[in-house]
Amino acid sequence: MSILKVENLHKSYPIKKLFKETKLLNALTDINFHLDRKETLGIVGESGCGKSTLAKVLTLLEPKTSGELSLLGKKYEEYRETDFHSKIQMVFQDPYQSLNPRKKAIDIIADPLIINSQLNRQEREEKVLAMMNKVGLREDFKERYPHHFSGGQRQRLGIARALMLNPEILILDEPVSALDVSIQAQVLNLLLELQNEFSLSYLFISHDLSVIQHMSDRILVMYLGRIVEYGPRNKVFENPLHPYTKILLESAPSVNKKRESATIISGELPSALNLPKGCAFQSRCPLVKESCKQEVPKLKSVDGRSVACFEI
Amino acid sequence: MILDSRNKIKMNLLNIENLNIFFKTDKGTHPIHAVRDLSFHVNAGEMLGVVGESGSGKSITNLALLGILPETAIVKADEMFFMQQNLQGLSELNWRNIRGKEISMIFQDPMTALNPFLSVEYQLTETIFTHQNISRKEAINRAIELLTQVGIASPKERLKAYPFELSGGMAQRVMIAMAISSSPKLLIADEPTTALDVTIQKQILVLLKNLQEKNNMAVILVTHDLGLVAEYSDRIQVMYAGEKVEEGITQDIIMHPTHPYTAGLLSSRPGLSSGLPKSVLPSIHGIVPAFHERPEGCQFHPRCSFVQEDCKSSAFRNPCLHPLIQESIA
Repeated sequence: MSILKVENLHKSYPIKKLFKETKLLNALTDINFHLDRKETLGIVGESGCGKSTLAKVLTLLEPKTSGELSLLGKKYEEYRETDFHSKIQMVFQDPYQSLNPRKKAIDIIADPLIINSQLNRQEREEKVLAMMNKVGLREDFKERYPHHFSGGQRQRLGIARALMLNPEILILDEPVSALDVSIQAQVLNLLLELQNEFSLSYLFISHDLSVIQHMSDRILVMYLGRIVEYGPRNKVFENPLHPYTKILLESAPSVNKKRESATIISGELPSALNLPKGCAFQSRCPLVKESCKQEVPKLKSVDGRSVACFEI
Repeated sequence: MILDSRNKIKMNLLNIENLNIFFKTDKGTHPIHAVRDLSFHVNAGEMLGVVGESGSGKSITNLALLGILPETAIVKADEMFFMQQNLQGLSELNWRNIRGKEISMIFQDPMTALNPFLSVEYQLTETIFTHQNISRKEAINRAIELLTQVGIASPKERLKAYPFELSGGMAQRVMIAMAISSSPKLLIADEPTTALDVTIQKQILVLLKNLQEKNNMAVILVTHDLGLVAEYSDRIQVMYAGEKVEEGITQDIIMHPTHPYTAGLLSSRPGLSSGLPKSVLPSIHGIVPAFHERPEGCQFHPRCSFVQEDCKSSAFRNPCLHPLIQESIA
């Protein structure tokens, strides 16, 4: 049974301007996917494609516009707030901004317990220290403030905080992008270890394709608020079908690849406020046809994954 | 061509011998030693990739090459020559003839590098006026030409735009146009694509590569991404904690790293085609030492898995005492 299910999710923001018609910015359109237990779903896409909005809607940091979200077979609306937050937690991108600089490590990690549990001070401290050990932070660091920690250690703090309520799902929004290369591997290893130990499901958001490939079981590729390709990792990485996925994979720098005259994608993302009629990718697509400018392609199953393209 | 003290003929565009950069601090009496005994050179028209993590001294070195370090910095070098000119002890006036004209730089975040209050036209022609004695009309024509060269569509209209109207990729193109406006011999690109998306990153790097080859302009590409330098640069220099740990032809470094740090960086990278997914990545343990906690001996020894007793001796500096022998990293 899938533990998270997203059906027909829409999210739009009204853009109000004085004396002008209110426009709708469609940040997420027709999002359908599910997440299984102990599984990692990697979400890739460029800035503005809606990956972070998706994370916020799924954790109720932003309300959805329409659609159905269910967690462990129960709809989001049926949850009490504290129950909900102990099931799904988030780790943020920038460990320098997501930790309160005026709180000690122990208080940062204990915060979710103070809000969502009835434990007393001593019980909380025991749990915090156990968790600090789990994520590789020394116990004697508990009285330190965030500025005493390095980037990698701060991200460990963020992970510890997210795990305090024993959640089923962790939403990881670019968890290693702000870290140095030699530290990235340490944090990725920790995440893999914790996933095994606590049977966690991850929704792993990143723009770094090599990280996504290493961490994910399935991949969801997004472009301007829509899913363009969705399927098992090996299918998507070894034989990408959507022209955008192909170009994304070709663009990623790799040490094993010599610079070849591969297709360079021309142009940039169109503004989400001013989307063209038809497929959103048409302005940059090498395969564009007349029909692409008329209608939005629907996701269809091809070769074990879903693709939204007329030309496939 | 010039002759140095050992009567060797120097053909390099840029030649640095034993560069040391210190910063005076309020705390304590010892100045911070940010860059230590760094020697390197750049040949005319080549792309040199400089890889290192934060605190490795790569950005500080670049600022020294442009003479824009803060006043608290002390720069000492045996030699700092750029096109036969000694960069040490240059007056501000002489720096201006080099900075932006012979050596120019593009920065990591194009949105903060551009002045939000001034139009592209103003910022671009300002650079042109600084180094070239031409009329306003000619400068505008030159600006349009430059924007076309860096691949900006409808350059005439774009001249009137303000930075907030540009996307990140376009802003970086404008920065590049500014940087190449007086045909510099050396362009320093400090993490030019870190703030950009992958598809845009590729566009910008292909543009830089083309400009490098077409204008015979040397480029120092500074990045933390080994994949980038592997694909685009001719030579690689790896830096760690203020020192150069390894240097060589790109292919050699990538295929046969000899320094344990380079090897560690390469193998800890979740590669698009290396290792099993979800397997444990071989990681370098520990963290880069802070400036005031730098160890004796090899800077990397506390984190090195091949460390031996003599690595900890204070007499020893880089390169590695026990280099890895032809261990191929796939």
